[in-house]
Amino acid sequence: MGTEVNSILPLLAVMVSAAVVPILASSRSANVREAWTFVAAFGKVGIVLAMLPHVLRGDKLSFEIAPVFPGVSLAFRVDAMGELFALVSSFLWIVTSAYSIGYMRGLKEHGQTRYYSYFALAMSSTMGVAFSANLLTLYVFYELLSFATYPLVTHHQDEEGRSAGRRYLTYIVGGSIGLVLPAMLVCYGSSQTLDFTPGGILANSGLSRFELGLLLFMFVFGFAKAAIMPFHSWLPAAMVAPTPVSALLHAVAVVKVGVFSILRVLVGIMGFELLSGQALGGILILVASVTIVGASLVALCQDGLKKMLAYSTVGQLSYIVLGASLLSENGLSGGLIHIATHAFGKITLFFCAGAIYVATGKQNISELNGIGRRMPLTMASFLIASMSIIGVPPTAGFLSKWLLITASVDSGRLEGLFVLLLSSLLSAGYLIPVVYRAFFLPQPEGEPTSVVAEWRSPCSIAAMVTSFGCLLMFLSPGLLLGLARKAAELYLGV
Amino acid sequence: MDRILEVVIAKYNYWIYIVLMMIGLYGVIAKNNLVKKIVGMSIFQTAIILFFISMGMKKGATIPIIIHGQEASVMASDYINPLPHVLMLTAIVVAVSTLGVALALAVKIHKEFDTLEEDEILEKIRKS
Amino acid sequence: MTSHLPALVVTVPLLTAFAAFAAGWLRPKLCFPVGLTGLGITAISSIWLLAEVLEAGTVTYELGRWPAPWGIVYVVDRLNGVVLAAISLCAFIQWISSRASVKSQFSDRIGAFYGLELLFVTGVMGITVTGDAFNLYVLLEIASITAYALIAMGGGRAPLSSLNYVFMGTIGACFYLLGVGYLYIMTGSLNMADLASILQGMRSSQAILVAFVIIIVGVWLKMGFFPLHGWLPNAYTHAPWPATTLIAPLMTKVMAYVMMRLVLFLFGPEYSFGVLGLKDVVVWWASLAVVAGSVIALSQKDLKRMITCIILIEIAYMVGGTFLGNRSGTTGAIFHLVNDVFMTLCVFLAVSSLAFRQRELDMDTMEGLFSEMPFTMGALVTGALSIVGVPPTCGFFSKWLLLKGALEAGHYEFMVALILSSLVCLVLFFRVFEAAYFGHGERSHGHHRMREAPLGMVVPLLVVAIGIVALGLMSGEVISSIIEPALPRGVL
Repeated sequence: MGTEVNSILPLLAVMVSAAVVPILASSRSANVREAWTFVAAFGKVGIVLAMLPHVLRGDKLSFEIAPVFPGVSLAFRVDAMGELFALVSSFLWIVTSAYSIGYMRGLKEHGQTRYYSYFALAMSSTMGVAFSANLLTLYVFYELLSFATYPLVTHHQDEEGRSAGRRYLTYIVGGSIGLVLPAMLVCYGSSQTLDFTPGGILANSGLSRFELGLLLFMFVFGFAKAAIMPFHSWLPAAMVAPTPVSALLHAVAVVKVGVFSILRVLVGIMGFELLSGQALGGILILVASVTIVGASLVALCQDGLKKMLAYSTVGQLSYIVLGASLLSENGLSGGLIHIATHAFGKITLFFCAGAIYVATGKQNISELNGIGRRMPLTMASFLIASMSIIGVPPTAGFLSKWLLITASVDSGRLEGLFVLLLSSLLSAGYLIPVVYRAFFLPQPEGEPTSVVAEWRSPCSIAAMVTSFGCLLMFLSPGLLLGLARKAAELYLGV
Repeated sequence: MDRILEVVIAKYNYWIYIVLMMIGLYGVIAKNNLVKKIVGMSIFQTAIILFFISMGMKKGATIPIIIHGQEASVMASDYINPLPHVLMLTAIVVAVSTLGVALALAVKIHKEFDTLEEDEILEKIRKS
Repeated sequence: MTSHLPALVVTVPLLTAFAAFAAGWLRPKLCFPVGLTGLGITAISSIWLLAEVLEAGTVTYELGRWPAPWGIVYVVDRLNGVVLAAISLCAFIQWISSRASVKSQFSDRIGAFYGLELLFVTGVMGITVTGDAFNLYVLLEIASITAYALIAMGGGRAPLSSLNYVFMGTIGACFYLLGVGYLYIMTGSLNMADLASILQGMRSSQAILVAFVIIIVGVWLKMGFFPLHGWLPNAYTHAPWPATTLIAPLMTKVMAYVMMRLVLFLFGPEYSFGVLGLKDVVVWWASLAVVAGSVIALSQKDLKRMITCIILIEIAYMVGGTFLGNRSGTTGAIFHLVNDVFMTLCVFLAVSSLAFRQRELDMDTMEGLFSEMPFTMGALVTGALSIVGVPPTCGFFSKWLLLKGALEAGHYEFMVALILSSLVCLVLFFRVFEAAYFGHGERSHGHHRMREAPLGMVVPLLVVAIGIVALGLMSGEVISSIIEPALPRGVL
């Protein structure tokens, strides 16, 4: 199935942004600082791309950092799943950095050096999660990510930030130390390893259905970054962060790390065979469905634009969990591709929200009447991204939704089909009104009607780039599908 | 009843040390005056020293000093065990040093709080 | 020279202490360098000794060439080899770091203060290296008496807290002595190895049982194991900062080493874990102690007192881990001992740096500390994460082993206690970080100029912080080459 090659590339990919931090922290000039951020971002994408040919061939690039326990070491192994996630997040870092410049400078935010430094650390940790060879390494980088993103969430250092930060840590670190750590120990105790293995490591562990179910729950809820209900409320609270943080971290990096970890556990630790053998897929589908529908309903009631997008994210994340819980190749592929398509779509929506805020100071949906006339390109991007989230062609979201629907039908899980269709409707319900207001309703009296100079705003340009990405992924999905197929091949032996 | 009396009389030394230890412990815990506590601590330590010394005792034995020139005909059961005595020399030094430090601390406390009664000191601390 | 290393690690600090006393009278400026040299030699000797032990096995040193069991022997095996290295390094780093603080507080008594500190180091090194039960008592009291004096040198409430420590500490040491007396009556020997072999045939003796209980209780008293911990919060809080940063990482951990030595080697695993079914009771009690320590720490408002109370939690981990009775638990306890020396040192040094720069360590005056003292706060964050148990700091790896041991032994209550206390420590430290990070209104956005502690305080602190992470990454090596082979065969 391909060889394991020892290579320092994964380590480089992780470290390139961490290495830049001292330079960032000591830069006197803001432009030098930003330039180094870009250097690191492009470097990261470059290294990740360099690993792509190997991954597509089926080879795994691995690197051991340090042996720590018998049978477990801190190590990297790059496979198709990790490469897909890494590609998406590293590419989007470049775009987000451009966006951040526009946003932070436009609002004259304080503490920008700290912001860029911790952003770089957060990206290092994300890469670390993507390339982890085993559950322990994943846990290490998961924790590092939690603490690296805390200063970003609480950036404004005000009362709101304090309570948001508390909630953030309580759910995320509480979940990882309180639930994931014991679960990891039980797995290690039963099988003396924590490596991500096709078919999982618990097949001969002698654990009963109840115990396996309990483990499953501990992992799914313990990885609170995946925002499965009821441990989701940190996500809307974290919207007090500056928009680039919300965009990249809470639409892409942090939350995707959460679902990615769950996926790794489902395929590499527990294994689809074990789960279907013990009939645990159904419970997981139920949990995911509750989150999808619940979050979409709450999103319908929100007036704050970012809050609405946050609840939308909560719902969309569980698509990925739903896909995996169908325990099939299409389900897994659909979930993996959704990581990419949702990332692009959601980040575009957040970019637009931030662009609107920088240009006009508006944050609520009810204030957005007629904004389409002032910011046509931005709102057009919003429209494209909305279509992707809802899942209609010709946007990328249609791709993942189609795979998920096919998977549901194939495994006979019609409840999955129902949930997917219902949530598409609900998504339309909370996204289309925004577009409608923007383009078809007249502006309120006494407001400026000048067109905003979008081509000069990095915020709007970033939004346009990512929305173009949504279209591009639909028109040329070869790479995505290739990686997803490879991943399924690897872990499901298909 | 007879059995208990037998045991008490046979091991009367151990009972004395236990009583002394308890007196000392009582002093440290229950007394209010700091100097009395220190005295209690000293009694406790001394009881243990006595305990060690008594364990070296042998019936009908003499002090462990060997006359020069008669080493060949030495029988261990004629001499009491010198080792506990030696150990206790060290322990006495330790006890005395501890006593010295404790008394020095008491002097300092008195300078600070003007009293050596623990409850009054705690009252003063609580007020300040 | 190298054959005398076991003796050197005790005699060098001893002689340096007297040199420091003398320098204090003649040329006070020389006190610091004299101590620095002495502690440096001690640290190097300890590390060398550890290397020797790893290569050639246990090193035995007969004092005065009197063979055991009549003479006093110093025995260095892997267990105390690694503890020796850890505590001597800790003392060395602390010496450098506390210079500014000592100069500002004790410039008129510098010879006395430094001399006492060096005597304290002599005591703890001796406790770790000795192979004789009574010699341990002597060195224990050397360490304790100097600690009493050092603690009392802070003003105000310090003498009273120290006096309370005197009372409880003396009772604890006397319990230990009494137990040794019992052992001597029954076996006629004071040499630890000799005692171990003789005691193997005396498992059913009641006197030995009483000796075991009394000795362990005495050691627990000295360690600050709940509920025998009453002296600890006051003594360490009211002591002057240079004294606390030396005593807090060392004293209780060395006593934990003594407990491990007694339980694992002197009485042996079969006896200690089998007698009276004590093992399970102790683990339950340790879980309670962990929870109690967490509650006590949570209720503290003063930062120094709070980090002192965290020691209670760490000690309870070690007691519980040792008495779990399996390889993972014991390995975890030993590794945690080594880790805790450095974690405690890191946190205490960091807070002492904060105290040096700020007059008050009040939650209100801590605003903006992250910008004013970034390196100190960075090190404090690292130490805090290690105490919470976040990888890749060393604290995570020892906690993992303790959890694994608890899982294997079926002591789920200990697992719950461990996880709960980790989360409590997270809350404790984040209260502090929030106070330093968030502001009220304009002050938080004001530009704070960097006003770090002097370099002599910050550099050692950073070394320790980096060391905590490095130790974590190297934990596989440390455990497999040093700690695993150190366990006696009877531990399953």
